[in-house]
Amino acid sequence: MEIPEILGAGLCAIGVGLGIGRIGGSAMEAIARQPEATAKIQTAMLIAAALIEGFGFAALFAK
Amino acid sequence: MHYNMYSKLSVSLALVGAIIFSVPAFAQDQNHHEDSHNVAAHDTHDHMTSEEGHDVKAQIKETIEHHLADSYEFTITEGVGFPLPVILFDEGLKVFSSSKFHHGESVAEVDGNYYVLHHSKVYKTDATGHLSMDEHHHPTNVMPLDFSITKNVFMILVMAGFIFFLFKGVAKAYQESQTPKKAGRFLEPIIIYVRDEIAIPNIGEKHYKKYMSYLLTVFFFIWFMNLVGMTPLGINVTGNIAITFSLALITFIITQISGNKHYWQHILWMPGIPVILKPVMAIIEILGLFIKPFSLMMRLYANMLAGHVVIMSIIGLIFVFGSWLIAPAFFGLTLVLSLLEVLVAALQAYIFTMLTALYFGSAVEEHEHH
Repeated sequence: MEIPEILGAGLCAIGVGLGIGRIGGSAMEAIARQPEATAKIQTAMLIAAALIEGFGFAALFAK
Repeated sequence: MHYNMYSKLSVSLALVGAIIFSVPAFAQDQNHHEDSHNVAAHDTHDHMTSEEGHDVKAQIKETIEHHLADSYEFTITEGVGFPLPVILFDEGLKVFSSSKFHHGESVAEVDGNYYVLHHSKVYKTDATGHLSMDEHHHPTNVMPLDFSITKNVFMILVMAGFIFFLFKGVAKAYQESQTPKKAGRFLEPIIIYVRDEIAIPNIGEKHYKKYMSYLLTVFFFIWFMNLVGMTPLGINVTGNIAITFSLALITFIITQISGNKHYWQHILWMPGIPVILKPVMAIIEILGLFIKPFSLMMRLYANMLAGHVVIMSIIGLIFVFGSWLIAPAFFGLTLVLSLLEVLVAALQAYIFTMLTALYFGSAVEEHEHH
């Protein structure tokens, strides 16, 4: 594995981490504001996280 | 009492879809080729015959590749297993057992044609087993049309049979009484969840019944296949891009077939924007039409494959370090990651089903606005 590949993989990881982190953060805030909507917010959070992960993996596997 | 009808439909769809789409798709499977080719005969699970650390890493890589790739025989452990039939279509149907390949070492001779197994693919060759390679070390021999029952296809058939009997029992129990018995107690909340949280919110009350069978099929197929992939038998079904491609293709076909006028209008001639922009939007929407199932395919494939590769790499790290102190730490790490993988198995099934329902919903949606 050469340096550009490693750099690319690292950038992918940073992108995915940032994206999912932001979603997690907003989900926490929303749950704090309205605890009765926890189930819906959790579902939506997991869905968005899986979507981002999907693209992250696709980019990672494109090498 | 519609549940029995849906279960049977869903299960027959599973069988048909699995057989039709997965079998020829294997012939064009991509191979994850790293650059460290060990062109010697396939070594199976023998880690301990290494002298230098360099050799261990190459061997681990090759073992992982072998573990994740499809194969023409079903090995349970080293030496225990049975060969699977190889069905080729090369000027006529040729069926023979893969034991003729002797684990990839010898040339199989069938009716005057010679076939050799190279990196889990069958090539047509001459009596000496000669493979002409191009510059990337890929053979340029002719590959016959491959309809074999490989390990993946065999597992799909086994699981399809299992799901069939599971749901058949549930359906029969429903015919006798309203409350579920036996396996129905476990499956009924899940089926209701798929109907009430995935199908109805996305597709709508009017049309969801038509698609329930496919949604149930996809959900349980992906979930059970992912779980089966977590066993140490090395059955990597959903981590195979041909299989996820087939699932995404079926979703794509059903979406296009069931698209109504509003759906196509939104794609090709989107209402509500200036006329100049409409062709641009058409191009973007058509691209999106293909990218959505493509992302379905990549998401499932990459999640499953990455999970397996990471877990096996960490197990391989135990052998690279070779010390008794570090091994329990890696073992614990593998345990935690495997638990995460079990969660990811169910989650990926849910995501695939939900996105499929979303695409169906956008296809059959009727308009109240504009």
